Amino acid sequence: MALLNISHVFKSYSAGGMFARRAQEVVRDVSFACEPGECLGIVGESGSGKSTLGRMIAGLEKPDRGIVHWEGRPVWDRRQRGCRISAVFQDYTSSINPFFTVEEAIMEPLRTSGMHKRKDRSSVDLLLEQVGLNASYRERYPHELSGGEAQRVCIARAIATEPHYIVMDEAVSSLDGSVQLLVLDLLKALRRKYAMSYMFITHDLQAAAYLCDRILFFKEGRVEEIIATEQLRNAQSEYARHLLRMVITS
Amino acid sequence: MHLLEVQHLHVTDRHTGSVLLRDSSFHVKQGSCLAIVGESGSGKSVTCKSIMRLHKAWIRQTGEIWFKGEELSALPERQMRKKRGKQLAMILQHGMRAFDPTCVIGVQIGETLKEHYGWSRAEIEANMSLAMMSVRLNNPVELMNKYPHQLSGGMLQRVMIALAFVLEPDLIIADEPTTALDTIAQFEVVEQLIALRERMNGAMILVSHDLGIVRRLADDIIVMKDGEIVERGSANVIFSAAQHAYTQRLVEANRALNGHFERLKGGGLGLVEH
Repeated sequence: MALLNISHVFKSYSAGGMFARRAQEVVRDVSFACEPGECLGIVGESGSGKSTLGRMIAGLEKPDRGIVHWEGRPVWDRRQRGCRISAVFQDYTSSINPFFTVEEAIMEPLRTSGMHKRKDRSSVDLLLEQVGLNASYRERYPHELSGGEAQRVCIARAIATEPHYIVMDEAVSSLDGSVQLLVLDLLKALRRKYAMSYMFITHDLQAAAYLCDRILFFKEGRVEEIIATEQLRNAQSEYARHLLRMVITS
Repeated sequence: MHLLEVQHLHVTDRHTGSVLLRDSSFHVKQGSCLAIVGESGSGKSVTCKSIMRLHKAWIRQTGEIWFKGEELSALPERQMRKKRGKQLAMILQHGMRAFDPTCVIGVQIGETLKEHYGWSRAEIEANMSLAMMSVRLNNPVELMNKYPHQLSGGMLQRVMIALAFVLEPDLIIADEPTTALDTIAQFEVVEQLIALRERMNGAMILVSHDLGIVRRLADDIIVMKDGEIVERGSANVIFSAAQHAYTQRLVEANRALNGHFERLKGGGLGLVEH
C-alpha cells in the first residue's frame, strides 16, 4: 500500500478581498501516490499552488474535495497523523520562536507529543550532531544563527519525533551555494539513516534532481508530468521540457 | 582610467563600533561586468551602498570612490542625487520592497524620469512603453496603472530593468537581482541583463551567490568574506583555479549540483538548443 495517497484533490481560496464571491482554484484535480522510502520532488513556478499542496499533505489545511490519505486514513486526523509527518519551511527566520533557545525549539515537538519522557538533553545533542552542529549551539537564540545553521536547527526539530515523512517547502532555496549543498547532502544521509520519505517542494530543478527519486512537474494547480529523476531527459510534457531548458548552469 | 575606482574603502558602524568593510580596493572597467561573490553578511551589499552613498547616518565610510574622474564621496548630496539613477542605477533584490506600495508603477517611474530628463507625460509613456516591450512586458500601459502587489516579483524586476534601459546609466549595480525569483523568471531576468549590457555597452556590478548566473554575466570576480576581499581575478581563472578555501568550496558545490543535473539531463531531445 502506498504511504501517502492523494486522489482528486481540489482547493480554492476566495480572491479579491473579504466580501468577494470569486474563488480562485489553486489546486485542481491532483492525484498521485508516494511509496515508503521515496523522495518526491514537486517542481513549479511561484504561484503554481505547490505550497498549498504541501500544506494539505502536512495536514495544515483541508482540501475542498478529494482525499489525502496517510496509510489509508485521512491525514487531517491528528491521531492518525501522530508525529509521523514533519515539515520544514523556507523562511527559517520566522520558523523558530525568537524567545526559544535552540534546545527549547528542538524539545517543543517532543514535549507536545509526550516523547520527552524518554528523550532528554542528550538526545538534543545527538540531533544537533546529526545536522552537523555541536552541543554549544544548545543555548543559542535564533538571531545568533546564520541562515544555514537556522535551517539545520529546523531540520533537527523536524526529525526529533522520528517522523516517517517530511514535507519540505523550499527548504534550501534561500541558502547560498555551498550551504545549500551541505543541507542537501545532510538530507540524503538522514534519509538513509532513518528510512524516511521526503516531499521536496522547490522551484530549483537542480536541487530537486540532486535529492529526489521522482519529480512531479506542477503548473497552475495541475500535475503536468511525473517522471523518475533518472528519466529526466525523456520528459514528455511541453512544460517539463521548457523548465529543463530554463535552468541556468555554468 | 577605469570607469569606477574604489580605493581603501572602509566602513564602520558607529553604534556598535564593528567594521563592516575593511580596506577594500577594486575597479570596474568600461563596458565590463564585475561580480561580487560571498556568503550573506560578507559585505557585498555594504559595498554597493557605499558606492551609491545610501548608508544610514550612523554608518561611516572612508576611502575614495572615483567615478568617471570625479570623487563621489566629496560630492554634495544635491549633485549625488543627480547621479543616482541617471549615471549609477541600482537593481535591487526585492522588487516588492523597491517600489512604493501606495502608488501605481507608472507614477513612480514618471517621478524618476521627470527628475532626470524633465519629460512630459506623453514622452515618458512612449519611451517607457518601448523599454517595457523590450523586456517582454507586453501591455505596458496597463502595467503602469497597476500597484506593485498586483505584479509578480519577476515582473517588477523587469520593470526596474526597463527603467534602467531608459535612463541609460554608465554603471548598473545589480544586488542579487535573481535571488528572489523562480527558475523561469531567473532565466528571463538574466537574458534581459545580458541584453541591457549589449545595448548600452555599460558597466555592471553584479552581486550574487548563484555561480551559474555569475558565470553567464561576469568578466571579473571578487570574492568577499567577513568584510574583506579574499580573492580576485578574471572569471575564467576563478572558476578553474580558485585559491581561497571559501571560493573553492563555492565552486565545488556549484559543480556537484550542476554535474549531477547535466548528467541526468543528457544531451538528448534538443534540450540544449539554447
